[in-house]
Amino acid sequence: MVEIRKLCTVFTTPQGRAVVHQDLDLTVQRGEVLSLVGGSGTGKTVLLRQILGLETPQQGEVQVLGQPVGQLGERGAASRIGMLFQHGALFSAFSVLQNIAFPLWELKTLPGALIREAAMVKLLMVGLKPEDADKMPADLSGGMIKRAALARALIMDPPLLLLDEPTSGLDPESSDGFVTLLRSLHRDLELTVIMVTHDLDTLFELSTRIAVLADKRVIVAAPPKDVIAFQHPFIHDFFLGERGQRAMELLREYPFAV
Amino acid sequence: MPDTTPRIEQQPAPEGARLRVLGQWTAAQFAQPRLLKSLQAGLAGTTTHQPWDLSQAQLDHVGAQLLWDRWGREWPQQLELLPAQRAVLERVARHTVARPPRKKAGWLGAWLALGESVLRAGDHVKSFVRLIGQLALNLLQLARAPHRGPWRDFSGHLFRIGATALPITALVGFLIGVVLAYLTAQQLKQFGADVYIVNILGIGLIRELGPMLAAILIAGRSGSAITAQIGVMRVTDELDAMRVMGISHSFRLVMPRAMALAVAMPLISVWTTLCALAGGMLASDVSLGITPTFFINALPGAVHLNTLILASSKSVVFGILIALVGCHFGLRVQPNTQSLGVGTTASVVTSITSVILVDALFAVLFKDVGA
Repeated sequence: MVEIRKLCTVFTTPQGRAVVHQDLDLTVQRGEVLSLVGGSGTGKTVLLRQILGLETPQQGEVQVLGQPVGQLGERGAASRIGMLFQHGALFSAFSVLQNIAFPLWELKTLPGALIREAAMVKLLMVGLKPEDADKMPADLSGGMIKRAALARALIMDPPLLLLDEPTSGLDPESSDGFVTLLRSLHRDLELTVIMVTHDLDTLFELSTRIAVLADKRVIVAAPPKDVIAFQHPFIHDFFLGERGQRAMELLREYPFAV
Repeated sequence: MPDTTPRIEQQPAPEGARLRVLGQWTAAQFAQPRLLKSLQAGLAGTTTHQPWDLSQAQLDHVGAQLLWDRWGREWPQQLELLPAQRAVLERVARHTVARPPRKKAGWLGAWLALGESVLRAGDHVKSFVRLIGQLALNLLQLARAPHRGPWRDFSGHLFRIGATALPITALVGFLIGVVLAYLTAQQLKQFGADVYIVNILGIGLIRELGPMLAAILIAGRSGSAITAQIGVMRVTDELDAMRVMGISHSFRLVMPRAMALAVAMPLISVWTTLCALAGGMLASDVSLGITPTFFINALPGAVHLNTLILASSKSVVFGILIALVGCHFGLRVQPNTQSLGVGTTASVVTSITSVILVDALFAVLFKDVGA
C-alpha cells in the first residue's frame, strides 16, 4: 500500500540545518495497522504528512497505492486516502452532516438525497446519533469531534486510513470506545491503517506492526512482541518503563490479529 | 483490464430478466459526469421481484446506498452476493434511518428571533457601558498607583498602533488632499475666487477630513487587530488563564490599548492632516498657481485656533472609541474560530460606523466653535 524509499527530510531553521530523516525505508502491507512511534522530534507527523503529500521530502520517493504521492491530491483524493487529524479539523462553518458529506458534494454529480443518506450511514457507523447531524462542530465534545472527523475521512471508503494521535485529548473511557470503534471498522471495512500515537494502550490494542523511528530512520518495524525484544535504548525506555509494563498487560491478555 | 464502469445488464430468464450488477459501484466512479443519470435510467424498470446478481461487482457504501434506495429499502427476493457485499449492504440497511424532522421556521420563530436580536443588542449596550465604567475605575486605580500600571504594554501598543500606521495614513492623506484641491480648484476658477482654496482646504481638512480619515484607517487597521488579538486569547484560553492569576482583563488588556489609542490618535490625525495639506498645497500650486509660501501665510488667517483644538479632542474620543469597540467585540468572542471571524468583522463595521456617527454629533454640537 505504501512504499517509502531512501527518504531524507531536512528542515532549515535560522539556527542551522536539522536532519529529521536520513535514508528512511518503510513498507506497509494491505490490511495492516502500522503504528509509528518515536521520541518527540523524530518526525512521525512529518512522515505522515509526506505520505499524504502535504509535504515534499528533499530526497527519496513515497509511493501510495502504487502511485507517487504527487498525483494523490487530484480530484477524488478522498476515495484513496482518509486522514484523521489530531484535532479533527472539522470545518467550523458546516454542521456535522455537511462536514461528513463534503467530499461527496464536491463530486458535483450525486443527488442530494443520496449524499445525505450516505453521510447519515457513516454518521451512525461511527457511533454518533441522528440528532447530532445538525449540530455544529463547536457544540461537540472531544470524542464526538474525533468520531465525526473519522466519518468524514471514511465517507468515500478509502482503502488507506491515516490517524494522527487518534486518542489524544480523550478521557480513558471515550478513548477505549474510540479504539474499539477503530478496531471494528478496520475489520469490517478491510482498512489499512497507519497511525501515530503516544498512547501505549492504543498502540498495543490496535497495532499489528509497530515501526520505531529513532536515529533518523526506522530502526525496527515488526509485530509488537518482536519490537519489545529489540535492543535499543529508546525502546527500552518507551516500552519497558513502569508505564510500559502496565500497558503490556494488555498484550498478554489480548493477542490481537486480523 | 476489466471494465470498471458501473453498469447493469439484463439476462433473459424464464422467471423474469436476471439483473447482473457489474463494475465498480463506488463514489469515485460516480464522479464521472452523466454516469449516474444513465445508471438510474438503467435501474428505472427494475423491481425487487427480479433476481439480482451482485457477485461480479465491487460495492462501496455509496453504491450500496444507491441500490438499497432503488430496492425501496427492502431485500430483493433472490439475491446473489459475496459475504463482504452482504456486510456492506447490511450496514447500509441498518443505518438508513429517516432524518429527525427539522424545525420549521414559522411566524413564532421569526417573532422569537426578533426578540432574541433585541435582547442581544441590549446585552451589547449593557456590556459596552460596563466596559466604559470599568475603564474609568481602572484609570482611577492607575492614578492612585501609577508605578503598577502596564506601561510596557502601553508603549508596545503605542508603537504598533501609532508609529507603524504613519506611512499608510500619509499616503492616503496626501492623495485625498490632491484630489480635493483639484476638484475645488475647478469650481473656484469659474468664480475667480482662487484665493479661497486656502480656506476650503484649511477648514475641510483640518476640521473634518484629517481626523476622520485617520480614524477610519486606524479603525480598520488596529480595531480589527485588537479584536483578533483578544479573540485569539479567548480561543486559546489565555483570558481564563489571566483571570485565574487574578489579573484583570480590563486593567491589562483594555486600558493600555485605550490609552495608547487616546495618545496615538490625535498625533496620527495631525500627521494625516499635514500630509493632506501638503497634497492640497501642491495641487493648488499646479492648478491655480497659488504658491506654497502664500498658502502657508494665508492658512493661520483661515483656520482658528479653536478648530485645531476641536479636531484634536475629537481624535482623542475617536481613539478611545475604536479601542473600546475592538476590546468589546474581542472579549465577547466565543471559543471557536467562526465566532472569531464574525467578531472581527462586526468590530470593524461598528467602529467605523460609530466614528462617523460621533463625528456628526461633534459637527452639530460644536458648529459655532472656530467659525
